[in-house]
Amino acid sequence: MRSVSIIGCGLTKFGEHWEMSFRELIAEAGVKAIESANIEGKTIQAIYGGCMASGRLIGQEHIGALIADQFGLNPIPATRVEAACASGGVALRSGILAVLSGAYDIVAVGGVEKMTEVSTEHASFALGGAGDQETELFHGATFPSLYALMARRHMEEFGTTEEQMAACAVKNHKNACNNPNAQFQRAITIEDVMNSGYVASPLKLLDCSPITDGAATLILCETEKAKKLCENPVEIIASTQASDSLALTGRKSLTEMAATKIAAKEAFEKAKLQAKDIDFAEVHDCFTIAEILATEDIGFFKKGEGGKAVEKGKTSLDGEIPINPSGGLKAKGHPVGATGVAQAIETFLQLRGEAEKRQVKDAKIGLTHNVGGSGATAVVHIYKAIGGKR
Amino acid sequence: MAGIVGYGVQVPLRRITVEEIARVWKKDGKKISAGIGVKEKAVAAFDEDACTLSVEAARKALETAKIPGQKLGAIFVGSESHPYAVKPTAAIVGDAIQASPELMAADLQFACKAGTAGVQICLGLVKSGMIEYGLAIGTDTAQGRPNDALEFTAGSGAGALIIGGKENEVIAEIQDTYSFTTDTPDFWRRQHAEFPQHAGRFTGEPAYFKHITGAVKGLLAKIKMSPNDFDYAVFHQPNGKFPKQIAKSFGIEEKKIIQGLITPMIGNTYSGSSMIGLCSVLDIAKPGEKILVASYGSGAGSDAFSITVTKNIENKRAKVPVLEMIKEKEYADYAEYAKHRKKIKGL
Amino acid sequence: MVHNSLPLQWRKYPERYYLRGNYCENCKTSFFPQRQICPNCRRKGKLVEKETPYTGKIVSWTEVSVAPFGFENETPYFLAIIELENKVKILSQIVDSKKEKIKTGAKVKKLFRKISDIDPEGAIAYGYKFKVVD
Repeated sequence: MRSVSIIGCGLTKFGEHWEMSFRELIAEAGVKAIESANIEGKTIQAIYGGCMASGRLIGQEHIGALIADQFGLNPIPATRVEAACASGGVALRSGILAVLSGAYDIVAVGGVEKMTEVSTEHASFALGGAGDQETELFHGATFPSLYALMARRHMEEFGTTEEQMAACAVKNHKNACNNPNAQFQRAITIEDVMNSGYVASPLKLLDCSPITDGAATLILCETEKAKKLCENPVEIIASTQASDSLALTGRKSLTEMAATKIAAKEAFEKAKLQAKDIDFAEVHDCFTIAEILATEDIGFFKKGEGGKAVEKGKTSLDGEIPINPSGGLKAKGHPVGATGVAQAIETFLQLRGEAEKRQVKDAKIGLTHNVGGSGATAVVHIYKAIGGKR
Repeated sequence: MAGIVGYGVQVPLRRITVEEIARVWKKDGKKISAGIGVKEKAVAAFDEDACTLSVEAARKALETAKIPGQKLGAIFVGSESHPYAVKPTAAIVGDAIQASPELMAADLQFACKAGTAGVQICLGLVKSGMIEYGLAIGTDTAQGRPNDALEFTAGSGAGALIIGGKENEVIAEIQDTYSFTTDTPDFWRRQHAEFPQHAGRFTGEPAYFKHITGAVKGLLAKIKMSPNDFDYAVFHQPNGKFPKQIAKSFGIEEKKIIQGLITPMIGNTYSGSSMIGLCSVLDIAKPGEKILVASYGSGAGSDAFSITVTKNIENKRAKVPVLEMIKEKEYADYAEYAKHRKKIKGL
Repeated sequence: MVHNSLPLQWRKYPERYYLRGNYCENCKTSFFPQRQICPNCRRKGKLVEKETPYTGKIVSWTEVSVAPFGFENETPYFLAIIELENKVKILSQIVDSKKEKIKTGAKVKKLFRKISDIDPEGAIAYGYKFKVVD
């Protein structure tokens, strides 16, 4: 049975790149990844690129070919993958499936978003496309407002507090202080979050991930080959994905994401592991409430306990299950199409012991969780450190 | 027999007081309010217009008439603030209340009497047997130029009447109607102009009073009745003062016009004005009682109606009477009013 | 802008003007907006057009302070997920209601309002909003 491993990665700094274009971001991440994998670019056989809203944000479609062009890798096949904020995660999964199928041995997976070319209102409108245009956006719904509707329900059903949500942001900012690629490398307090203005009550500005430019690239390789090419590849031992109704109104529950639950359950089955076997996770915290929902739906905590867990420090870097050691979407930044790939990069670095000051101790198994929209797509990957050539 | 088979009124939630408007222009609000007999006016929100008010009023009218929208053979919407210069409000209303597509529909404009003009057209169509039911709506989100006298009164609201011809359905029989029309330049709004212009005191004697007097006298002569044969009278109400004066000129006691005098609480709703007044009277009138209605539209004309309430009214009154409905309100200050009515540059 | 897509708006009139949804006669479930396939019964489903009730109750709500393009001048505004009497959930703005009355469980009824009117020379998009009723 074939298996897939990561052998290299490249990441731009996340933030507002006023001086860099979409293409420059792609090229920087790509070059870094190829160098990191220590392979010849021409050994890459195909590219899968995640990008959500380039049409709305920079007026450019046909991103697959553009990535191949920028990597200097024409004429290999290059495909854009779009699943809203889960575009990166789904691109990764597409790359994995392509290698597992035997079609290719080495592929590159990219993720990119350039979000600062337009006004915040237009970026907000573009991101809104991840929801249901006809029944949500048309009525003035924004992404914060959709998550706010979930947050309110979670508060009313389980007693989750705004302070508990704030604690997610505080923790993630703290972690990001040790991530040189993070957008916000500064600590904040619960008070800072509580004093920030409401964006969509009960969510405040500091409950929200920012608008970010950035690109990320991974080099995937069939595992047996990876062991020969690379000293310490990271094996992807599960890759799962589930879908749900595009609109929030179509969900069975507002306090859980069924797609996350299903993808996580299948991933654990595939990896023959349980939630307690995971050493750390990068989860989709586009809003603080999203991190709480994710930690419950993946199974780290019981439903309704996610808020208390973060408040008690259970998800801190030195807690029982460190969540978002990179700083998460909240503090590392959220260039939507790049996010899913960047999560895998953080996991790759952690499992190789290369995460420097934010290193999770004895990290052997990591998990990433990437969500599209308000929960209509969820992608889960589980990773394991393996020895390669030494 | 033909007459009203259902009625409905819609008034926006927000109000601004005459005193608050006067405060902005450093005028004596108390004196102005007393002088024009208007305390406050209804303000349409930014997401309301003559069309949305029409739809809500029409739905209530269908509810009291106890008929589905599909039964309507015609819709006429009278307004001087149709949302489109070209594109019929009546067609939007028709779709929204599911009266389309087998439907005669048109928008009407005759300043403040376009609503009653619709009633007359429906009456003719019903009496001729061309349609079974017709819906006439008078609706406006009236415009008044900031700091103009009109600003104190230009309100928003809609009244809807369904006209039918079945004896067991008519709640108020329209016995007869008479119109009085001349070319009179008292008030107008040119194409593309945002606010109407008016001729000051010229809008009184040669305009409002002359035309309503002409219509009422003509009607009474035609049907051989006298003003005192009526239990209620509703006159167009650009302010709280004119209807009282005209009633007095006919020797009609003030108590007969109070039930239908709504302008003091919601301002002049233009095409909605006399329609809403009539609806308020229908809220309480007893079988056999007679109502005199005379609208007025600048430019100028008046439509007078003689109406007799039937026994069918008892089980076909509005769920919420007009005077009750307008108690639900929320006050806006001038800034909020300016925002909702898009009087701030850039909106 | 998709907001102003006239064919799209026009197709949506029945849905936006009078809440036309549909109903599966096989599993007795209502849908809004209309579905082409019953997700419960699939091929065995029997979908018929059906209007949705105009009243329901709030399931969750939020006060939006930062709006997307086209809604900037409307802030703050309220959005809610409403469960209508036939169990269908609908997302809508809540207007004409005092803030303290907008809460989970509050009864609401449908109104006809302008939803989008961003181009003074363009077409107006009308549709549903809800208000809290006592």
